[in-house]
Amino acid sequence: MISQLLFAIVLIGAILLFYKNAYKIYQNIRLGKSVNRFDNPSERFKTMLLVAFGQQKMFKRPIPALLHLFVYVGFCIINIEMIEIIIDGLFDTHRVLSFLGDFYNFLIASFEILAFAVLLSCVIFFIRRNVLKLKRLNQPELNNWPRSDANYILITEILLMTAFLIMNAADQKLQVVLPESYHIAGSFPISQYLIGILPESINSLIFIERLAWWFHILGVLAFLNYLPISKHLHIILAFPNTYFSNLNLKGKFENMESVTAEVKAMLDPSLPPPSGDVSRFGVKDVHDLTWKNLLDAYTCTECGRCTSACPANITGKLLSPRKIIMDTRDRVEEVGKNININKTFVDDGKSLLDSYVTREEIWACTSCNACVEQCPVNINPLEIIMGLRQYAIMEESQAPASINNMLGNLENNGAPWKYSQADRANWTQM
Amino acid sequence: MENNLYIPTAAELVAKGETPEILFWVGCAGSFDERAQRITRDICKILQHVGIKYAILGTEESCTGDPAKRAGNEFVFQMQAMMNIQVLDGYEIKKIVTACPHCFNTIKNEYPSLGGNYEVIHHTQLIQSLIDDGKLKPNDGNEFKGKKITYHDPCYLGRANEVYEAPRKVLETLDADLVELKRCKSNGLCCGAGGAQMFKEPESGNKDINVERIEDVIESKAAIVAAACPFCMTMLRDGIKVKDKEQDIQVLDIAEITVRANGL
Repeated sequence: MISQLLFAIVLIGAILLFYKNAYKIYQNIRLGKSVNRFDNPSERFKTMLLVAFGQQKMFKRPIPALLHLFVYVGFCIINIEMIEIIIDGLFDTHRVLSFLGDFYNFLIASFEILAFAVLLSCVIFFIRRNVLKLKRLNQPELNNWPRSDANYILITEILLMTAFLIMNAADQKLQVVLPESYHIAGSFPISQYLIGILPESINSLIFIERLAWWFHILGVLAFLNYLPISKHLHIILAFPNTYFSNLNLKGKFENMESVTAEVKAMLDPSLPPPSGDVSRFGVKDVHDLTWKNLLDAYTCTECGRCTSACPANITGKLLSPRKIIMDTRDRVEEVGKNININKTFVDDGKSLLDSYVTREEIWACTSCNACVEQCPVNINPLEIIMGLRQYAIMEESQAPASINNMLGNLENNGAPWKYSQADRANWTQM
Repeated sequence: MENNLYIPTAAELVAKGETPEILFWVGCAGSFDERAQRITRDICKILQHVGIKYAILGTEESCTGDPAKRAGNEFVFQMQAMMNIQVLDGYEIKKIVTACPHCFNTIKNEYPSLGGNYEVIHHTQLIQSLIDDGKLKPNDGNEFKGKKITYHDPCYLGRANEVYEAPRKVLETLDADLVELKRCKSNGLCCGAGGAQMFKEPESGNKDINVERIEDVIESKAAIVAAACPFCMTMLRDGIKVKDKEQDIQVLDIAEITVRANGL
């Protein structure tokens, strides 16, 4: 009875805490400007099914894609077992779903095989990250917290799967030695090999079975509450983020409507000059980004596929698209805390541009869309880079001198070089 | 043939009471860059050979505004765009072929919301459709037969607009030994010129992007790398110079390859 009550309290507490932190993230995302990503629901749903559910873009790199698929499928399927664990916990039943008979045995057997696949994949991931030291998993923007975050996730998953398998092993042994309390249920293709390492004493077995059971469920609930501060949040946000993807061709950059009104007035003096509040041109801080840019930032799991395909990063420049996204998340978290404390945003003397992202980074981009193409969850770092450039140029006139020369030429003679427009067709006379 | 090239402007056609079937948007590089000018003339040769009634804007053409937009100056971009749209609409242009993927992308994707609506194709798409229609056919003994040729995807043609097949289909008609670069199609590596980089020095790093790209070309052992963008052309040629491979690797535009293979 006490354990049932305790379980109910922990379960409800964990869910409430998660809701509270998830709501904070929702509010932070809402700080972004509006952008219409609600059109064309069927196309959006299809994109989500292919890219998030179907892991389509992961398979640009087959080995990690396969390992990730095990963890992903394992995670989704093994969580079905959570239904039983929660019912057992609340009503003091034991393997309540076992009335399903053969189908139950099939389920438990699949969970075990998947649990083993998850465990193995996570061990390989851990080795890739910490022993083989793959470049994209060891770049400077991952120093400190991001590196620990990644390892905590892998270690937690390894421990959770181990607990799950040990729980099953202990249960199996109890089904034999104490059949009056532990009725025969389940099929255990993996954990049968663990029976040998368990003690013979019934009390120890019960203790181990309970310990593993509690460890597994508490671990899962703790993990749920770890998500909001972790890159692992992608397991949830990958779905909305791909649903709200940009459906246009990658080459199409949106035109700024506020500029269109002014340019039209300049070209045609009979038009009235645009009135109303002139918003800031471009992006200086996270408020100037769209909510989708901010959703991107929270969805990023820092895999670095973007950075490893970035021509600037490959050739040793400072720019890393992954860092742009991580900086955006760090900054919006900081702004969100600021608002929570002060009720409204109080200038902290910082901004995304300069305090987080340097000019050198934004000017190294070739706008080649490689980062956008590679992202397995359709994050767009390029849009943020372009926004920062727009602010630097249009609000501050701060650009590399050669860029200013090019713009001057464009305005004066309609070409990026210093050639007269009158000479434009000279090539026809060659 | 050189001397017989007749390159009409839209103004000249209109003066004769005619309208062009298709407008050839030359672009700044195609107009001013000496290497790109040769490609421009080759595209004219193809258009003339197949008898398409085309025109250029001549001195009325102006930069699409792409480098301004990618540098972040939306004002200069939209000024350029709206002035160009006025000129194009003045000649009632409906269809445009461009020699530059940057012009192609900008007119096709970014002019419509500013009021410029045209059917825009890249010259590799035009050449492919001419081959499909039987209007162009490489000579049996063309100089590319059996040669090892690779293709570098321009970002603004490939990833940006998903045109991967047209240039490849043109090359497939040559009976050449085609090889792909290790980073190709949607995974293609930029030449380093996009996003207004063409007009500035690169940020400090340990290598130039075009050198990184040329290493892919060298690894492919191709004798010819086909390009489809004047900026890629410049970057790839510079990369080849840095690697001292001018004797071994040639950079040719798809239009140049077509002209030579067809003996135009």
